[in-house]
Amino acid sequence: MRGDVPEPPLPPGRPIGANPSFFDLVMSVRPEAAPVPRQPEGEVPAAHGTTVLGLKFGGGVVMAGDRRATEGYSIADDRIEKVFAADEYSAIAIAGAAGQAVEIVKLFQLELEHYEKITGDRLSLEGKANRLAQMIRGNFPLALQGLVVVPLFGGFDERRAEGRLFYYDATGGRWEEEDYHATGSGGRPAKSSLKKRWRPGLAPDEAVRVAVEALVDASEEDVATGGPDAARGIYPTVLAIASEGVSGVPEDEVKTAYEAVLGGRA
Amino acid sequence: MPYVPPEQLMKDRSDYAHKGIARGKSVVAVECVDGILFVAENPSVTLHKISEVYDRIAFAGVGKYSEFEDLRIAGVRHADLRGYSYGREDVKARDLANAYSQTLSTIFTQQMKPYEVELLVAEIGEEPEGNAMYHILFDGSVTDEDHFVAMGGKAEDLGNALKGAWEAGWDLPTAVGSSVKALSTVESRQIEATQIEAGILDRTAKGRRKFHRLDAAEVANILSNG
Repeated sequence: MRGDVPEPPLPPGRPIGANPSFFDLVMSVRPEAAPVPRQPEGEVPAAHGTTVLGLKFGGGVVMAGDRRATEGYSIADDRIEKVFAADEYSAIAIAGAAGQAVEIVKLFQLELEHYEKITGDRLSLEGKANRLAQMIRGNFPLALQGLVVVPLFGGFDERRAEGRLFYYDATGGRWEEEDYHATGSGGRPAKSSLKKRWRPGLAPDEAVRVAVEALVDASEEDVATGGPDAARGIYPTVLAIASEGVSGVPEDEVKTAYEAVLGGRA
Repeated sequence: MPYVPPEQLMKDRSDYAHKGIARGKSVVAVECVDGILFVAENPSVTLHKISEVYDRIAFAGVGKYSEFEDLRIAGVRHADLRGYSYGREDVKARDLANAYSQTLSTIFTQQMKPYEVELLVAEIGEEPEGNAMYHILFDGSVTDEDHFVAMGGKAEDLGNALKGAWEAGWDLPTAVGSSVKALSTVESRQIEATQIEAGILDRTAKGRRKFHRLDAAEVANILSNG
């Protein structure tokens, strides 16, 4: 504990006031626990998460992801989760190196909670999106080794009273998206699907259906994307973020949306 | 430097800390049916005496604001680091109380002046029997308390007031009403809802973060119906 407490009274030259960043803190006092290694070497075989997407609807943002992780030509996992609530008002969906991605999500969730507890205020959505960009940038050395992590970040901006969506590249570049975005191995077909189906001011259930349809389309075009599997009961993860916060769309609603998509094709 | 006997040195420091704490307002924590309620008289709505530390752990401080705020931040860091390095369920109030005790004890013996603070670290269990409340003094001494804790300038009177009043199975309105009544009694004046800072560790709350604040409107509502 002694190392964690500013030694009182504060030694001269030390910045006063608390740095509310958990990320900075862990990098300085427990660098071995942070997911940024010092000297990565060679290509590392690792499971990769595939397709995630986000789209705006009338009251906010819907984020969705398939459930597959691949390792080369093998399926590493058929029930992996790639879409997570980051805090009460935002969610993060991750494509890329799965292990690395899950660690970054965990760290990002704590980053937001830690800030909130230290300062007594929630970060603005803009602040959260920027913080995530800095963390993805921190992963860049690993991205060069093939462990690329590319997230989508969506949330409800309480100050502007609207849903917002951001996407990132492996260097930590951050762009705001006005309508929809998809990333990962099946990102391209998913995006084509969204392009045809998305329109401004979708109702929440329509947005879920559009998201599920895009994932179905991606799974049909991309071997690494897992489509819904009714026989084994595997459905995409779908989260909705609106003024009342993040909520997981229940599996039976996702199932209904999937059946409606199939029905529309019959 | 002239020789000062250690007894005298410790007594001087202790008196100094006591005086500082006695100038500040008091905080009470009481067990109620859904968890642990914290109530303080606090004219500021932003400079808190009561705060969340972790999922099931909350913190209360009395005395000098800058000093207990320092310790609160250190506690949040300590808890978040623990939870990140191990697991969320591994973060315990006892561990935090020990850390505070070590820190305050070091400050008390080694610094020019002791911290003028008293802290409370409380944790709710899955069942009321699993609750824990640790009261930590400016010199690092810790006591493990049951049912209720009073801290601050009028701690002794408050403790006596609560001893007579506290009963197992208080619901939230009763707990708020009784706590405000105890605070008002020892101050010999009625404390208004706008002067009350209150928070609860509520085991029935949804999600993993069980601490939430009661705002002035909620407190006023509870008091006017009580």
